[in-house]
Amino acid sequence: MARTPLDPDDADPEQPTIIPSVRELFTGFLMLGLTAFGGALPLAHRMVVDRRRWLNNAEFTDLLGLCQFLPGGNIINLSVAIGMKFHGVRGAVASLFGLIAAPSLIVISLGTVYDIYQDDPHIRHLFAGLAAAAAGLLISMAIRISLPLRQRKPLITVAALCFVGVAFMRWPLLPTMLLLTPLSVFITWRFKL
Amino acid sequence: MTSTLWALAFIFTQLSLLAFGGGNTILPEMQRQVVEVHQWMSAETFSSLFALGQAAPGPNLMVVTLVGWHVAGWMGVLVTTLAKFGPSSIVTVLALFTWERFKDRPWRRLVQVAISPITSGLFLASAVVITQASVHTWLLGGITAVCAWLAVTTRIHPLWLLAAGSLIGLTGIGQN
Repeated sequence: MARTPLDPDDADPEQPTIIPSVRELFTGFLMLGLTAFGGALPLAHRMVVDRRRWLNNAEFTDLLGLCQFLPGGNIINLSVAIGMKFHGVRGAVASLFGLIAAPSLIVISLGTVYDIYQDDPHIRHLFAGLAAAAAGLLISMAIRISLPLRQRKPLITVAALCFVGVAFMRWPLLPTMLLLTPLSVFITWRFKL
Repeated sequence: MTSTLWALAFIFTQLSLLAFGGGNTILPEMQRQVVEVHQWMSAETFSSLFALGQAAPGPNLMVVTLVGWHVAGWMGVLVTTLAKFGPSSIVTVLALFTWERFKDRPWRRLVQVAISPITSGLFLASAVVITQASVHTWLLGGITAVCAWLAVTTRIHPLWLLAAGSLIGLTGIGQN
């Protein structure tokens, strides 16, 4: 595909950005929530940086780094952080609510269909196939996330311990994290990873 | 009913604050609480709800909303939504103020590296927990394996894989 000078990817990273209103934050994230199938992050980048120009690329990367560092879904945290940056708590609430409003109503509709028809064999078979495919996608995500650990071999011990403990011994999450985080920090520090 | 709502609020507040490395890391604990501890639904139903959440647009883990809906209707939706998205959002807001200050501290990178194996361990556990509950025939196992393989090796859109899996499931081959 030929690139034109107007190609958004070629935009100046220091380009001036446009300040959205609370309403624009809400509608922007509402559209994102409605259109983001299977991973909202690439779409979020396209909306926030390329199309609406609320942030430049460097600002986006910086904010995303913070969001990945904190608990909670990256895209959820990103919506809160962007809303907060422009309009404080009001902006954060507008962005977050915009992002989850439509998907919430859609899943509840799907859930109602599931509840009503779950005894119908066709629907049951359909959902069984859907669940199997969703499990496959989850496996692929787990693989993609784990591959970079090959560069940090000592940490594979921590990943394996966490995996076996949580998946098979059914350890509760809180004690697992309280145990493994210090261990992992120690290994990271000791092996200078 | 009220005690159920309190239990939902407590579980999802805790999950909200422990979800380091994104939403999917808390899936095994959510399943453990909802299926094993409180026995609100079977493991199979939980997996179906998870799958519905994946098929819908929007952020990861819309299964949270569905768990609330399934357990306690609209009040359940309200409670789980607030409990799941509220606390982590408040942390984000607070962190925004300190972020600039700690941006270049070496311990920040150390912690980030140290969290990565825990994230991947939890992701792998999520995959096992959901697969165990979803796959009980050879054909469903085949769907899972092919979807995983295609999603790792190609750039095919996940929605196509979900649609294909549903259609193959609809044939009912190998299922009772």
